[in-house]
Amino acid sequence: MTEPKAPRPALSHKGGDGILLDVRGVTKRFGGLTANKDISFHVAPGELVGIIGPNGAGKSTLFDVLTGFQPPDGGSVLLNGQPITRLRPDEISRLGVGRTFQKLKPFNQMTVVENVMVGAFQKTTHPAEARTHALEALEQVGLADKADAHARVLSTGQRKRLEMARALASRPRLLLLDEVTGGVDQRSIPGLVELVRSLNATGVALVVIEHNMRVIMGISQRVVALHLGEVICDGPPQAVMNDHRVIEAYLGRAYAS
Amino acid sequence: MPRGTKLAAGLVALVLLLAFPVIFTLPYPRDVMIRIFLYAMLATAWNVLAGYCGQISLGHAVFFGTGAYTSTILVKTVGLTPWGGMLAGAVLAVGLSQVIGFPVFRLRGHYFAIATIAVGEIVQTLMINWDWAGGARGLFIPIDRTGSLLAFQFRDKQIYYYIALGLLLLALWVTRRIEGSRTGYYFRAIREDQDAAASLGIPVARYKQRAMGLSAGLTALGGTFYAQYILFIDPESVMPLSLSILICLVAVLGGVGTLWGPLVGAAILVPLGEATRIYLGGTGKAIDLLIYGFLIMVISVIQPGGIMALAQRGRRRTG
Amino acid sequence: MTAEVLLQGIVSGLLMGLVYALIAAGLSLIFGLMEIVNFAHGEFLMLAMFSTYWAWALWRLDPIVSLPLTAAALFLLGVATYFGLIRWIIGAPMLAQIFATFGLAIFLRSAAQALWGVDFQLVKDPLIQGRISLGGLFIGLPQLAASVGALLAFVFLHWFISRTEMGLALQATAQDRQAASLMGINTQRMFALGWGIGAACVGVAGALLTIFFYVFPDVGSSFALLAYVTVALGGFGNVPGTLVAGVVVGLIETLSGLLIAPALKYVAVFLIYLLVVLWRPQGLFGRF
Repeated sequence: MTEPKAPRPALSHKGGDGILLDVRGVTKRFGGLTANKDISFHVAPGELVGIIGPNGAGKSTLFDVLTGFQPPDGGSVLLNGQPITRLRPDEISRLGVGRTFQKLKPFNQMTVVENVMVGAFQKTTHPAEARTHALEALEQVGLADKADAHARVLSTGQRKRLEMARALASRPRLLLLDEVTGGVDQRSIPGLVELVRSLNATGVALVVIEHNMRVIMGISQRVVALHLGEVICDGPPQAVMNDHRVIEAYLGRAYAS
Repeated sequence: MPRGTKLAAGLVALVLLLAFPVIFTLPYPRDVMIRIFLYAMLATAWNVLAGYCGQISLGHAVFFGTGAYTSTILVKTVGLTPWGGMLAGAVLAVGLSQVIGFPVFRLRGHYFAIATIAVGEIVQTLMINWDWAGGARGLFIPIDRTGSLLAFQFRDKQIYYYIALGLLLLALWVTRRIEGSRTGYYFRAIREDQDAAASLGIPVARYKQRAMGLSAGLTALGGTFYAQYILFIDPESVMPLSLSILICLVAVLGGVGTLWGPLVGAAILVPLGEATRIYLGGTGKAIDLLIYGFLIMVISVIQPGGIMALAQRGRRRTG
Repeated sequence: MTAEVLLQGIVSGLLMGLVYALIAAGLSLIFGLMEIVNFAHGEFLMLAMFSTYWAWALWRLDPIVSLPLTAAALFLLGVATYFGLIRWIIGAPMLAQIFATFGLAIFLRSAAQALWGVDFQLVKDPLIQGRISLGGLFIGLPQLAASVGALLAFVFLHWFISRTEMGLALQATAQDRQAASLMGINTQRMFALGWGIGAACVGVAGALLTIFFYVFPDVGSSFALLAYVTVALGGFGNVPGTLVAGVVVGLIETLSGLLIAPALKYVAVFLIYLLVVLWRPQGLFGRF
């Protein structure tokens, strides 16, 4: 297990104390169910933070709150010191936050490169330029040879890469990945892991939701563990793995190394 | 087909279309062609909103009627040339579309479709009861005896043919421009997955309104043309649900979301309607709708992409 | 506008509202099951009304007598529609789903027109006729019978869905199709059943309406629009909610006809609908 590479400094950021994403006390309720309860953590520029938690821990809901798809019932979210709590998803995206979805959302009737161009158009209005940027992003994720295929013929692993490329094309400073390896066959996992590492190496901060323990522990600089909507541990991967609260929450699930 | 051949074929087709009324001087075929152009144009306009942007409006006749009524009322009250009225009608239709879009775009999918039906019914009912604007009796466009070009009335009916063709080409040109541009990509992204689109920075509501406005404005142009061609309008002829349905059907049959689909659809449906009317006499009206209904069902089950999609599948198979 | 006329209007709106509720219940049931709006629902109603009318015209069967037959016939129509059309578009893009039932609507309406012409038909001298007087208010017996019948059918529907095994299976399928099939519930059969019951509701409503309403090929469209509004108001998929929503729609229709203008009563209904969904897109009681 290699040490995670030191991230290059991120693209320009204002705001004082080196915090890119500041999540403060986010609470989200659905009727009687509290999906997120007083969740707080930071992400520094270029950092790679993993989020783990059993099913129902509130991870995807948290992403929805962070990216403007759900308004929180309490707490706030700041990006570079600016509050983004109740902004619309497209506004948050334009501030430099990209995301993928757990339930993949490819633009099925468009080709792979057209999918990514939609992301690229955030930074340019010229189709030719957007196409160039899109092809670059596809290179980055290793899908360049499928550029003109229709999105719907891709495998799950390829669709995950497509969604990453699409988000990348909008040149985010922070990328939220919801389930990198879920539903992907075993052989493709190392490739995806390497991809995530290489993305981080370019200076993009990443927050990654993952179920696969080996993956998370291998790539994260920090891990935030959620259980029943609350943060139960926040720290370097080894510390989190040995935390008794985390072990309790995962009682019955062996961490195989 | 290589690009050069496509261009050549297109030019030939254009020349043929331009020469048509000179070759076939009888009024009937010319009238059929005009109706093909008009429906193709309306369906192309509808296609921008529904086909490319994925918002299925089932009340589009509202904008057609807005164009027809605006130019007609302006002619009758202040004597404004229908050309100016056409512009005014388009502007009014765009404005109306934004007002409608504001609440209605909050809904998605089926809910949105039903809301558009409701809006169409409301506006038609209001027009039927608005006596100043003619009410249920409708409005006659005063016959112009000066022969001036500004009057938008031509004894030589050939001119209507060229205007209709011109409107269709305009709609096709607008669609084509959008298709390859950022706007086109954003429209299609919204159609495919609104949430993913938003997560990529697309202000979804704003773009939906843009699609709506473009679509409404173009549709209204057709309404003014109709008014000047037929010289009589009433809510039943320019704003009914059946017209909204027909516009959709033309686009769906030909190929929703494609550039040429609406034209293909019109080229098939208008003559089909004529044929059933001729060969089935009095009950023809119901029979052609019967066939339409059946066709829609078949298309939606077998090939929602319409004829264009069928053609693509065929082409791919023959390599 | 006396208090009496107003009260009369309220009662009238309430009674019609119950019929709207029954029509809408069928629509809501179908949507709750498979997220498909049946745009041919109005035409189902029209066919039910024509079936009732012809049973009277040809065999002198009073609408009340032929009601079970009509309900059964519509049930079969619903099931046939499912197997003949809907089954093929379950996973299809929304455009295809909308146009499939839309096409069916146009098809049925034109078929009716071609077969029976555009004339308005009316059942003459039904068993239930006349009116009664309740504390100064006049209530037409046919209208009363229609609303009582609708209410009974509604109660029966609710009982069926919540108390019988089949009804619970329907609910399960509506809530989570995959889980239901894992529990051994035949999803296809549930869908067909849903369509059958949904159509049967309309069958009952149609039979009841034919006692006092004109029958013609286009009759379905205005009821259909009110039904969509009712379902949307009550919340798509929420059958009990349509009862309240139906009454609300009935009241709005009658009262706006009285207080504003008869020609504009539909406008009032649609405007209220638009306002409600602006404020609460999922309707008054719906889940989203």
